[in-house]
Amino acid sequence: MTWLNAIVQGILTGGFYALFAVGLSILFGVMGVINLAHGDLAVIAAYVALAMIPVTHLPAVLAFVVVVPMFAVGGYILQRTLLQASLDRDPFTTLLVTFGLSVVIENVLLEVFTSNTQSLNIGSLLFDTLNLTPQIPVSYFSLVMLAVAVGVLGALQLFLSRTGTGRMIRAVADDREAAQLVGANYRHIFGIAAAIALATVSIAGIAYGILSGFTPTAGTANLLFAFEAVVIGGIGSLWGTLVGGIVLGIAQEIGAQINPAYQVLAGHLVFLAVLALRPRGLFGLRAAT
Amino acid sequence: MSAAGALLEVDRLTVHHGQLRALTEVSLAVRPGEVHGIIGANGAGKSTLLRTIAGLHKATSGRVVLDGADVTHAPPERRLEAGIALVPEGRRLFPSLTVEENLLVGRHRARSGPFDLAAVYSLFGWMAGRRRQRAAQLSGGEQQAVAIGRALVANPRVLLLDELSLGLAPIVVQRIYELLPKLLASGVTILLVEQDVSQAMRAASRIQCLLEGRTTLEGRPGELSREQVERAYFGSEVSGSGADAPAGGLTGPAAAVGAARAARGEPGEGGPPR
Repeated sequence: MTWLNAIVQGILTGGFYALFAVGLSILFGVMGVINLAHGDLAVIAAYVALAMIPVTHLPAVLAFVVVVPMFAVGGYILQRTLLQASLDRDPFTTLLVTFGLSVVIENVLLEVFTSNTQSLNIGSLLFDTLNLTPQIPVSYFSLVMLAVAVGVLGALQLFLSRTGTGRMIRAVADDREAAQLVGANYRHIFGIAAAIALATVSIAGIAYGILSGFTPTAGTANLLFAFEAVVIGGIGSLWGTLVGGIVLGIAQEIGAQINPAYQVLAGHLVFLAVLALRPRGLFGLRAAT
Repeated sequence: MSAAGALLEVDRLTVHHGQLRALTEVSLAVRPGEVHGIIGANGAGKSTLLRTIAGLHKATSGRVVLDGADVTHAPPERRLEAGIALVPEGRRLFPSLTVEENLLVGRHRARSGPFDLAAVYSLFGWMAGRRRQRAAQLSGGEQQAVAIGRALVANPRVLLLDELSLGLAPIVVQRIYELLPKLLASGVTILLVEQDVSQAMRAASRIQCLLEGRTTLEGRPGELSREQVERAYFGSEVSGSGADAPAGGLTGPAAAVGAARAARGEPGEGGPPR
């Protein structure tokens, strides 16, 4: 039963990882940007929510309503300025720029919020559990986050396949120049993709702030998990990212069941195994370029 | 060449790829209802010319004018709205999108006009039945048809066609070229680039030959002699051997030979009198 519990908890964690990773997958899939600041952007979202509460007196849960649109706008602006400027030079510059952004973010957060561990308090919501059996407690919040992850991925899927803008995002991802020939202002499309990516990562960031304590440098470790989820699931596949997150989550929980020290290691081993056996990931359609 | 009455006018266009000068003061004028054919060997600058007109390359100097409006510095999407659409070399469909999605994407900034998805489906009978297939699953000829459809649904005034015949079986090429009269009848003006000289001579109402980025010959296909075309195509140094190959027979392999000869020979004899 403890193993079953490990799997259930792994699935719940996987939803969170998927939410974290989907923005990374979009940025890479659409514009070829490997965003090394992705984890740090999530941490910013948690800090913004934290800073907002004493000012607005809103419950922490409502931070989503304010922070997510804020990050969407911020993502568009970030893409149209800093990221586009570096893309116009060459892809390697983009890697350096996002790395630099990551360093800058961590240091500014340290300066403003100190290195003390913080957390977003949502009161009893976090600790209330649904007991499937006495041995398998399921936190309502984790359950809600998994549902949010599935909902976000489903909404994205619909957006990309049913709307004109979504189709154009896929067209730009396929062939940017050909997309220009059918009338795409690719910089604008890139901006929209970045807005989606940052909106999703801000949801993940706030959820992270609720689930565990966070510090200004917490982003880097989470970036690694997000990368692993994307690679396991396969680049360019939304549902693959969810499966990748769940596989990673289950691996970590099972590792922890064997020995708590093996939690992170087990995730890395599964990641390496997928990389060795299926380099395109479980659901990857296109070759990673 | 007079620009009077021209729908699309290119005026002394010079384009560089980095350090390399790809086009040198190339001018052309396409009148409404014409099929203007650009011929030339590999590397003559034909594709660069079309891509610059469509806005994918920046002009170093010179102008691109559509119906009196200067679009030289407009981005590709503005030129599409103004009425310039390019069917790029190698089709360049969006492989992960379906046939229908490729066409829908083409409608993104469409002008009003006769072409919509239904019109394209009636132009290519097979297409509607396979509209849910991914573009990557189509044959080369089918992809070319979708690529033309994708450009048509934007209802361009000038349709730029880059190497329609490339990599396609002759029968498929023939079928695609049979479309041109229908497109002209619907009011589209065509500027096409073709390596297959005989094909271009049959399809075009005006022919312009490029050699190493310069215009070497221009005129109506019926008024140009075989020798004139060969000289313009291969460069002035070619002699003797030219008489063996009829102008109508210059195709891919011959063009490659021509490119090699042109590389050794002098550049062309300058543009036609302006």
